[in-house]
Amino acid sequence: MTAYLLKRIIIAALTLVLASIVVFAVMEILPGDPARLMLGLNASADQVEVLRNQMGLNAPLVLRYLHWAGGLLSLDFGRSYTYSVPVIDLVRERVVVSLPLALIALALSTIIAIPVGVFSASRQGRAGDTLAMGAAQLGVAVPNFWFALILIYLFAVWLRLVPAGGFPGWSAGIWTALKSLFLPAIALALPQAAILGRVARSALIEVLNEDYIRTARAKGLPYRTVLWRHALRNAMIPVLTILGLQFAFLLAGTIIIENVFYLPGLGRLIFQAITQRDLIVVESIVMLLVAAVILINLIVDFSYAIVDPRLRAIPGKVRSGFPSGIAPKQILRAVQRFRETRNRSRGRQ
Amino acid sequence: MKLWKTILAAAVLSLAAAMSAFAARTDLTLGIVLEPPHLDPTAGAAAAIGEVTYANVFEGLTRIDDNGQVQPGLAESWAVSDDGKVYTFKLHSGVKFHDGSAFSADDVKFSLDRARAKDSLNPQKQLFAHITDVTAVDPATVKVSLDGPQGSFLYDMGQVAAVIVAKGSADGNKDKPIGTGPFKLDHWAKGSEITLVKNPEYWGTPAALDKATFRIVPDAAAAVPALLSGDIQAFANMPAQDALEQLQSDPRFSVVIGSTEGETILSINNKKPPFDKLAVRQALASAIDRSSIIAAASNGLGKPIGSHFSPADAGYVDLTGVYPHDIAKAKEYLKQAGLENGFSATIKLPPVPYARDGGQVIQSQLKDIGVNLQIIPVEWAEWLSQVFTNKDYDLTIVSHVEPNDIDIYSRPGYYFQYDNPKFNDVIKELGTTVDKDKRLELLGEAQRILAHDVPAVYLFELPKIGVWDAKLQGMWTNWPIEADDLTKVKWTD
Repeated sequence: MTAYLLKRIIIAALTLVLASIVVFAVMEILPGDPARLMLGLNASADQVEVLRNQMGLNAPLVLRYLHWAGGLLSLDFGRSYTYSVPVIDLVRERVVVSLPLALIALALSTIIAIPVGVFSASRQGRAGDTLAMGAAQLGVAVPNFWFALILIYLFAVWLRLVPAGGFPGWSAGIWTALKSLFLPAIALALPQAAILGRVARSALIEVLNEDYIRTARAKGLPYRTVLWRHALRNAMIPVLTILGLQFAFLLAGTIIIENVFYLPGLGRLIFQAITQRDLIVVESIVMLLVAAVILINLIVDFSYAIVDPRLRAIPGKVRSGFPSGIAPKQILRAVQRFRETRNRSRGRQ
Repeated sequence: MKLWKTILAAAVLSLAAAMSAFAARTDLTLGIVLEPPHLDPTAGAAAAIGEVTYANVFEGLTRIDDNGQVQPGLAESWAVSDDGKVYTFKLHSGVKFHDGSAFSADDVKFSLDRARAKDSLNPQKQLFAHITDVTAVDPATVKVSLDGPQGSFLYDMGQVAAVIVAKGSADGNKDKPIGTGPFKLDHWAKGSEITLVKNPEYWGTPAALDKATFRIVPDAAAAVPALLSGDIQAFANMPAQDALEQLQSDPRFSVVIGSTEGETILSINNKKPPFDKLAVRQALASAIDRSSIIAAASNGLGKPIGSHFSPADAGYVDLTGVYPHDIAKAKEYLKQAGLENGFSATIKLPPVPYARDGGQVIQSQLKDIGVNLQIIPVEWAEWLSQVFTNKDYDLTIVSHVEPNDIDIYSRPGYYFQYDNPKFNDVIKELGTTVDKDKRLELLGEAQRILAHDVPAVYLFELPKIGVWDAKLQGMWTNWPIEADDLTKVKWTD
């Protein structure tokens, strides 16, 4: 167990270093000069040069990388070129929007997906299953920005229950703030719930075909108990994996939803920073997100151990970075399924 | 007795209630598409900075009004010496900056000297290039000396980048703008909104609004429901796209189509063969059909232009007929240039609807004369470095939004790579001409040269699509400069 976790942590650290090099290099290759962008069409070349020097853009590449990476180590993310405030302040302002939004969406999608998955799996092939999976297919297929607009017209323009967009800040009161996150959270959650529901269903069906389920039924346990206590618990590993992947996706991939609802979140900040060539903001936030994704994956790895008691009991049985037993096969299949569904829905967008 | 008291109390109460019901609203939420990177108009070119701060937070010596006319600003009057080289500005007294410090001639000297300094990062530094000296004669008088008469000096001093800032607060203006205007910054929730509140100590006519919030709505699809739900009550320039008709037929909103200073043009790299040949450029001008470009690129709202000049400005000459849409004639021009079989070129399109949509129409129109355009979409940052700075392009579409900027064709090293001594002479003379009629005559001549010589193909003037609550009054119709001047905006019942 310890060796397994240690190995995961070392891999995570190496990934971070590698990611920082890639992120920095990509932003450097990107054409565009932040100084010219700030000064506009009428500024002279000399003025642009003065500003470039002020921004430290004329220093050698390696030095700038080391300076930036060194800053990251001491949690100093540098100053934004365009806003000229510390990047960490920008992140702090945005994360209080994006993180609650992602958490609410994640919770919503789980609350919807697991019962739907269980419902469908237990009625495999019957009308209820077909209906639920049809709805899930629709949820995957409908682009979330379109869905968001429908929600806005329904709840904000017609019923006037919630604002059409914007975020008043938590200082305006928790209820007011939550109200403005309500629609975006639903818009984000439903497609995710659709994916998660399908994964839960197929994982559960697989488990339900295992011998021990038949044994449990044979010894007289009620179907309900077998389904919820024995089968679901064993089907949780692929579901957890997808949940981890989804959280990373929700945290970073909300650019479209944040635009449609004009929420001041991390996705908007990155998007804006890329168009303004605010390199330092892009680099630092992407690194933060990389760190968040790695952390989430670590947490998911740890939670396998909680769900799968064999991991806790027999530490020696760890192979190839994955928990022993049924996990690798199921996880790989689940991840593959997740990617396929998501790519399909993206292709449509 | 008791009854009388009750009746009286009831009367007073109902009167008070009635009055508060009649009292007009004093807050306004405006939608803007792009968030300003910061709020210092003397340090950044982004148009959104001026939109929020001009006339509201910051003021200049003069100010530009809705019609593009120069009005007194912080200077209540001025006198010009006979040789046109010395301007003496008489300043308003009792003016205070938002931080409570008093405004005086020293602040004017500081602001102008700072803008023209060697290491100045003012985005419009050229406005101050002819100033040779600024002297604070007394606290209410400033003398500005120029190296020669300047025809547009008073106008230039009213531009966004020429606002007056205080020495003590200038460096902090990006985040905490300290101006002299009728509004001051209340707070800026980055990425979300900028809130201005009325400045109770304003020296001039106080604003009718107590609070104005600029909310950032980056998505065109989100702009319409934001208006319909009442969250936002005004867009000075709305990304309305297909929803415009819906809004126009809705009695709750006023839709006001105005003009901007944005000449939308098909820029040509004049030094790059075959575009160095006049006949090739004439062929391009004859092959394009402005009306279908305008229909596709600006909802049919843009006004066609034949030269680099806004139809809303004094001195405009209609030159749209110089090269009428004529395919046969265009082919003839190509033949003259020895290119009767046509040629291939690229067109780089920045990420704005007018360029991306207009580019496709132009591509299909030029195909008719055998010119094959390859469309290369670029981001603004790429456009600035590749097209504007490195001049690595054949054609591009862009809107030049700076007011009165016909002189850009005479700037050495400008990305058009156009060099016409005759044109340069006209611009040079224009710069030092103060007489109004003579100026208009020279402006007309400059427009004609460009229209005939085609250093760029002139398409249309970018429209300003104002959409706001029908009860709102005093919003600008036109954008002679990109500013959302709220000083006269008020609610009516």
